[in-house]
Amino acid sequence: MASTTLRHTVFILRGNPLTGIAAAGVILLVLIAIFGPSIAPYDPVASNVSEALKPPSAAHLAGTDQLGRDTFSRLVVATRLDLVIAVSAVGISFVLGAVIGAFCGYTGGRFDRSVGRFVDVMMAFPLFVLAMAMVAALGNRVENIVLATAVINLPFYIRFARAEVNVRRNLGWVEAARASGESHGSVVLRFLLPNVLPAMAVQMSLNLGWAILNAAGLSFIGLGVKPPTPEWGIMVAEGARFISTGKWWLVAFPGLALMLAVLCFNLLGDGMRDILDPRMRT
Amino acid sequence: MKSFGATISRAAKRFMSSLPALFGVLVFTFLLMRVLPGDPAVFFAGKEEIEVIRHQMGLDKPVPEQLLLYLYDVGRGNLGKSLMTGQAVTTDLRERLPASLELTLTALLIALVSAIPLGVLAALKPGSAIDHGVRLFCALGVCVPTFVSGLLLIYVFYYLLGLAPDPTGRIDVFTSLPPPRTGFLTVDFLLAGDFEGWWAAFRQLILPAMTMALFVIAPLARITRASMLVSLGSDFVRTARSVGLSWWRIVVTYALRNAILPVITIAGIVFSTMLGANVLVEKVYSWPGVASYALDALLSSDYAPVQGFVLLMASIFVVVNLLVDVLYGIADPRVSI
Repeated sequence: MASTTLRHTVFILRGNPLTGIAAAGVILLVLIAIFGPSIAPYDPVASNVSEALKPPSAAHLAGTDQLGRDTFSRLVVATRLDLVIAVSAVGISFVLGAVIGAFCGYTGGRFDRSVGRFVDVMMAFPLFVLAMAMVAALGNRVENIVLATAVINLPFYIRFARAEVNVRRNLGWVEAARASGESHGSVVLRFLLPNVLPAMAVQMSLNLGWAILNAAGLSFIGLGVKPPTPEWGIMVAEGARFISTGKWWLVAFPGLALMLAVLCFNLLGDGMRDILDPRMRT
Repeated sequence: MKSFGATISRAAKRFMSSLPALFGVLVFTFLLMRVLPGDPAVFFAGKEEIEVIRHQMGLDKPVPEQLLLYLYDVGRGNLGKSLMTGQAVTTDLRERLPASLELTLTALLIALVSAIPLGVLAALKPGSAIDHGVRLFCALGVCVPTFVSGLLLIYVFYYLLGLAPDPTGRIDVFTSLPPPRTGFLTVDFLLAGDFEGWWAAFRQLILPAMTMALFVIAPLARITRASMLVSLGSDFVRTARSVGLSWWRIVVTYALRNAILPVITIAGIVFSTMLGANVLVEKVYSWPGVASYALDALLSSDYAPVQGFVLLMASIFVVVNLLVDVLYGIADPRVSI
């Protein structure tokens, strides 16, 4: 079984080398996030006014901003914060969504209906607007960006887990687990959830890119991360003031970082879906 | 005629079933802005005035009572008063909504007009250069944040090429405005017969609309391509080919008409993401719409406009879903049965 999966994986990778590249990209991002502060050539918050607003050069690969801070170093250091926000937000909604959705799909009935109503209400909001309102109401802090991003992701995971568990709940092996005296809770948590986990992992990778964009959008409009902190969204916001005077590098490089990060997660998610479920290929 | 009636009754049913969700939205926005910390009275007043303002705003009453009062007010079309502008929120929103709608609808139009042909072309020649081009564009399109693409468009078209006007607001402050009829500046200028003004408003509109469109062309083109592939491979298209119908007839009348349903669904979803993206685009271009109004209110803890904005967005969303249902019935009469 394992060797078939492996062979299938290799087969997919050969036909679609992008997945391999995307996986390498994600690994690279994680490494940068871990070692960022030690590999950045300059101090990301040290200002140097004589070097302000210099275009990209050998000394400053991505130019400098209005305070003479090295954009490249700031980009590298920001990776950690951006990834941590996205990963923890998606992680929270994944865990909560999987458990709530699985119980809904398993039990049905009143609990299922009321959760369904709640999800409907949430989906009636444009989600970015909901996240905005939550951050503003809970307080303008990074933790709340994480929380807001987690909440707007939650409906998708609940629906997904619910649907996946619902089609399995009367299958033979679930009956067998119940017949052998497992409690309902343990049937859901120990039998059904592990079974839907791979499909949800794909969902998660696809969602990470979206979470990164959302978090960056929130900090772009001035919520969450506070100015001297290097973060991709806020770097774009700071650079926005200088775009109509032609200082393109302050926007283009953080934008490029965001784009590449999202692209890697999306391609990886697509590739994982192909490996898991070849029928879904487009 | 019968199917038209069926569509209407479906839409009515759909509307009824969306009422509880709308009510939920009301309660949700209320709780979100009231129970959680951030007392607006503190923001707007010195210590001695706080109690007076709290009393005036009804913030000293118990929360359930405040909710009832809020619902009563909303029922009468009173969304409260904005502390920032000193005007009723309904007035503020009404003044700014046309700007947002004009932007969003133009963007949707641009997106549909470019995405559907792209998707069709890609599906007609799968594996060709144009197919790969479209797929690459789709993959990249969803990865670029709207605020970045907006700023880069400003850089290219305003700074480098000088084609676009100063990217702030809807119109130059010195331009004399047309009599407001629809609130859509481009339409009003046309109605007033002022083509110079129309051109000015159009130039101002096109960059933000492009920015928003760029972000949503990708999902639309992708779904058009996928569903065209299915419908081009189906038996009825083969039959149409075999009886020698013209290319246009086969592709547009038969294949596209059958492929359009998923596109309509995605267009509805896309519209809701556009309502959210409005916030970012309006901020980049200082567009005087409802989203930038709500954002300003939000950053100064002014509750009422934010509640009003969220409620407005949710209502628009409900209406759009209804519209999608009706369009569904028109595109595919079988759905209504």
